[in-house]
Amino acid sequence: MKIYAVCGAGIGTSVLLKSNADRVLAALGIEAEVHAVSISDAMSTESLAQIVLITPELQEQITGIRSEVIPIDNIFNLEELTQKLSSALS
Amino acid sequence: MLAKAFGPNSISHHADATDWEAAIAVAISLLERDQRVTEDYLSRVLEANQTHGPYFVVAPGIAIAHASPGSDVLSTGISLLRLEQPVVSGSGNDPVKLLFAFCAVDSSSHIALLSRFAEVMSAEGNVNTLLNEPNLTIVRNLLTA
Repeated sequence: MKIYAVCGAGIGTSVLLKSNADRVLAALGIEAEVHAVSISDAMSTESLAQIVLITPELQEQITGIRSEVIPIDNIFNLEELTQKLSSALS
Repeated sequence: MLAKAFGPNSISHHADATDWEAAIAVAISLLERDQRVTEDYLSRVLEANQTHGPYFVVAPGIAIAHASPGSDVLSTGISLLRLEQPVVSGSGNDPVKLLFAFCAVDSSSHIALLSRFAEVMSAEGNVNTLLNEPNLTIVRNLLTA
């Protein structure tokens, strides 16, 4: 399964998000590839990812995609990530 | 790894910044003082903020101002400006008190660095110390441990 962690440039926020998503998925025992990408890359290759993780400010800018979009309010809160990822994947 | 990313002048709580963009300018100037970026980097960060909104406010009270790699990035680095007077960015996570600035020379060599940074920031109690610890040497040690 493929997950996108998205930010404006694809190098900062998205990398932090990917890194914590990797940690949470490993703890949950879920195998997934998490990619840090820019919002434009996420929209141009949308069909590849089942889930898109994004900060709330960017959520309304990501439109017309089939992936499930999950806004993350606090990317340093592993509990929030665990809860949102496990409910999306269950 | 983080010890190299935070340059000697990179951590400060001195800011007269009264608004979001002025605070970003101070945080980026810390990177400039350590020769991590040239002055052009700031305008690209402000442009990213205007284009996408304050998406780099990533947690309650915490932002990481950055733009994509470019010729105005001299070496990968991180700075921290702690705002004794928090500023409003327009994000749901306002007001911002810990304003990091980040720059990367390319799109891949900093992945391990940011992964370690995320680990430090996600550890119980660390954000509280960053917000409240008066001694900035202790703040630096926490971030670069």
